[in-house]
Amino acid sequence: MQNTDRRDFLKLAGLAGVTFTAGLFPGLEVSAQMAPDFHFVQISDTHWGYKGPANPDAEHTLEKAIVTVNGLAKKPDFIVFTGDLTHTTEDGAERRARMKRFKEIVSALNVKDVRFMPGEHDASLDKGAAFKEFFGATHYTFDHKGVHFIALDNVSDPGARLGDEQLAWLAADLKQRRPDDRIVVLTHRPLFDLVPSWDWTTADGAKAIDLLMPYRNVVVFYGHIHQEHHHMTGHIAHHAAKSLIFPQATPGTQPRRPPPPPFDASLAPLGTRDVSVSSTVTMTELPVTRT
Amino acid sequence: MNRRHLIALLIGGSAAGGAIGLARAAAPGEIQIMASKFEFTPDTVKVKRGEPVTLVLTSIDRIHGFKMPDFGIRIDVMPDEERRVTLTPDKAGSFVFFCDVFCGDGHEEMSGTLVVEG
Ligand SMILES: [Cu+2]
Repeated sequence: MQNTDRRDFLKLAGLAGVTFTAGLFPGLEVSAQMAPDFHFVQISDTHWGYKGPANPDAEHTLEKAIVTVNGLAKKPDFIVFTGDLTHTTEDGAERRARMKRFKEIVSALNVKDVRFMPGEHDASLDKGAAFKEFFGATHYTFDHKGVHFIALDNVSDPGARLGDEQLAWLAADLKQRRPDDRIVVLTHRPLFDLVPSWDWTTADGAKAIDLLMPYRNVVVFYGHIHQEHHHMTGHIAHHAAKSLIFPQATPGTQPRRPPPPPFDASLAPLGTRDVSVSSTVTMTELPVTRT
Repeated sequence: MNRRHLIALLIGGSAAGGAIGLARAAAPGEIQIMASKFEFTPDTVKVKRGEPVTLVLTSIDRIHGFKMPDFGIRIDVMPDEERRVTLTPDKAGSFVFFCDVFCGDGHEEMSGTLVVEG
């Protein structure tokens, strides 16, 4: 599958009424004239508990990101974590210890409306049991200032399926929407076939996209691939976020998904994302440095 | 690659009788692949274009997955159970297969290559 390059994406995005800004530094006023209705912050793939050469600063990266987010000139309305809060462990007690510590660390966020979603590292070995103990439901909806948010769980099933039950739940929820409602979908893995041979898919993600297709204003934010990436399925934009642990290779550049590429600070490979929502969606990447 | 299975594969078809007497999985045109945390054994499987081959998959520890998107194949790989999938590769080249059932800390590296010659 081809990556949508940025220029093509902007063209497509323009048609869809979605724009994005990228590569700006935190604190820059990028959207003054856009009068956003509100903004939120997406944080993804923190992998708390990871130890390894791909990030020797793993114990501090999350804390640095929190400082960055707390320092935003305009406080976000809420923060969403799109999965892989913790790094996987087969020891259920250790998994819970990591979740507990993660929760303590993120309690330093000065925004108290924080929503959590699982990634496969959190949920795939116990079908989300530990995650639910600490963070509640793995899929849910909420409404904020006229925008409908849908959090989809494509990781509690170790085969990366949403499953028929959740798809039926999604269909029932969408029935209550008008075709022009603004809908933001949050999930961990790509719902579309980004790179099937790298397992960068959701087994039944196409079914969710089909259900969303009749709605004209749908944007998807996800994680999992540890890099900024933008893709359109029809008029629906999918935006992957950077991680706070290590970058992953550019999609599809090798037959097998390679190990994390060497850390190149000039690429600002780690970070979080500010999302302004009005009649459009504007993203501002918030890089986090590492020592 | 397990030599015995390779031999069984090579003689499959033209001299199928030669496979008789080999151990359980070595029927003509069959290749046994063992899944375990976090690898497939063998992790490189050579086959010939245009010749049907049956992959016999089993796990020695827990459930894994076997997915080969280029040939539209995916099955669960179960402990103590052989599952078979037959394909006739219609294109030469190297094709990735991997575990698509999250199985632990090495899951993301659990993959292999099907080499189709000819
Ligand atoms: Cu596996």
